[in-house]
Amino acid sequence: MLLACKKVTFGYENKAVISDITFQVDAGEYLCIVGENGAGKSTLVKGILGLIKPMSGEIAFGEEVKNASIGYLPQQTDAQKDFPATVMEVVLSGCLKQKGFLSFYNRRDKETALANMRKLGVEQLLKKSFRNLSGGQQQRVLIARALCATDKLLVLDEPVTGLDPTGTADLYAVLRNLNEQYGTAVIMVSHDVRGALTEVKTVLHISFDTVFYGTAQEYRDSDFGKQFLGGAQK
Amino acid sequence: MIGILQEMMGYPFLVRALIVGVLVSLCASLLGVSLVLKRYSMIGDGLSHVSFGALSVAMALGVAPLKLSLPVVTIVAVILLRVGNGRMKSDAAIAVISSGSLGIGVIVTSLTTGMTVDVCGYMFGSLLAMSKEDVMLSIVLSIIVIVIFIICYNRLFAVTFDESFAKASGVKVGVYNMLLAILTAVTIVLGMRMMGAMLISSLIIFPALTSMRLFGSFKAVIISSAVVSLVCFFFGIICSYQYATPTGASIVGVNLIVLFLAVIVEKIRKGRLA
Repeated sequence: MLLACKKVTFGYENKAVISDITFQVDAGEYLCIVGENGAGKSTLVKGILGLIKPMSGEIAFGEEVKNASIGYLPQQTDAQKDFPATVMEVVLSGCLKQKGFLSFYNRRDKETALANMRKLGVEQLLKKSFRNLSGGQQQRVLIARALCATDKLLVLDEPVTGLDPTGTADLYAVLRNLNEQYGTAVIMVSHDVRGALTEVKTVLHISFDTVFYGTAQEYRDSDFGKQFLGGAQK
Repeated sequence: MIGILQEMMGYPFLVRALIVGVLVSLCASLLGVSLVLKRYSMIGDGLSHVSFGALSVAMALGVAPLKLSLPVVTIVAVILLRVGNGRMKSDAAIAVISSGSLGIGVIVTSLTTGMTVDVCGYMFGSLLAMSKEDVMLSIVLSIIVIVIFIICYNRLFAVTFDESFAKASGVKVGVYNMLLAILTAVTIVLGMRMMGAMLISSLIIFPALTSMRLFGSFKAVIISSAVVSLVCFFFGIICSYQYATPTGASIVGVNLIVLFLAVIVEKIRKGRLA
């Protein structure tokens, strides 16, 4: 077990945004979190990352996650579009977690960064400026950065937003590879429900509380899944 | 050029101005890159107006200017950062605080000393402003700013590039934003006597903007920013000495030309790539 939520409630200033969420992530899991806008997906992600404390319920982390933390891919910001930084500089910043007060990188950090760039096929971009990359390349670089924190569990917030169809397919292939080859567990928040559904193993649909939690196939067959997908299909 | 510089070294007050100018230019250019990228440029501008207000009040009270403006500007920097997340939008908050303190400054001066040459010096910079005590304080504080910047370099990069990721990596983002604001406040107070309250923010913004046109790596941008800042400072101060133009304005002039050149270089490069 990497991560388990038992009837967890998250919110701000004593106001619950999502409540009674129950799910578990094991090694090799590929989970997609879906739900309407404002249903609390981002809040749940913050909770998983430990940025906000649960108001009630229990959230437990496995040993591997506790020590190495979670690899995180946030939504991209506007500032990053014209940010002058090389790919190496960006990926290295993923090693920051393990650093002490003097946050200088050593050779081991650089090797970790290079290994993760190789995993994602961006090592030839090493010295390129981040702002000159395509959207898909940027996401790969940011995933490499996340992997520097840990290769056990990745949390991705809307990873395919803003990517064209080729870029999206490409990113799903990257994630599938990480999940199958390296056994990295992936939690992905996505708007692209139909695209994600063919990729992931499990679906968690939230809207205030847990509405659905089960395999992708079960989700497709469920009344709720049909309704949510149906809207998108027409 | 060298001849003029040697001649300038003959005057103790000019030596003082050179020392402080070099240090402040370095601090401003290092912090500037993060500030510009985080869209905090206007905070620098707002703080410089606050430092003018504080300075005028200090003059009226007969207190040493640096001793009063340093704490005041630092506190305002912290407030501005906090307000940014609150109900009042941060650009509006900055506008209110900066024009407010400018207004207070002008009222206080006109009630006491009146609009003298001194006041003009505060607004647009003067080489004569630095006392020996000011110089010592400036040296100590700017070295502290530079050392903190170097120690926190990687974390500052992370906080500048991606706050959400930095937060998830356990970096105390709020603390580093605060640190950035405080270091900026210190730099502005130190530099404003020479650059002038109206113009000090250019020292923060111009070198960073120029370097971002030319380089694609964060480290290169930081180094280039420091170099650009120093070069512009020297040309500006020589110009100021030769033609008796206000120091701050001359340095801004040189910076403007360099930025213009950088934009042209960028255009040519892009044209070649396309």
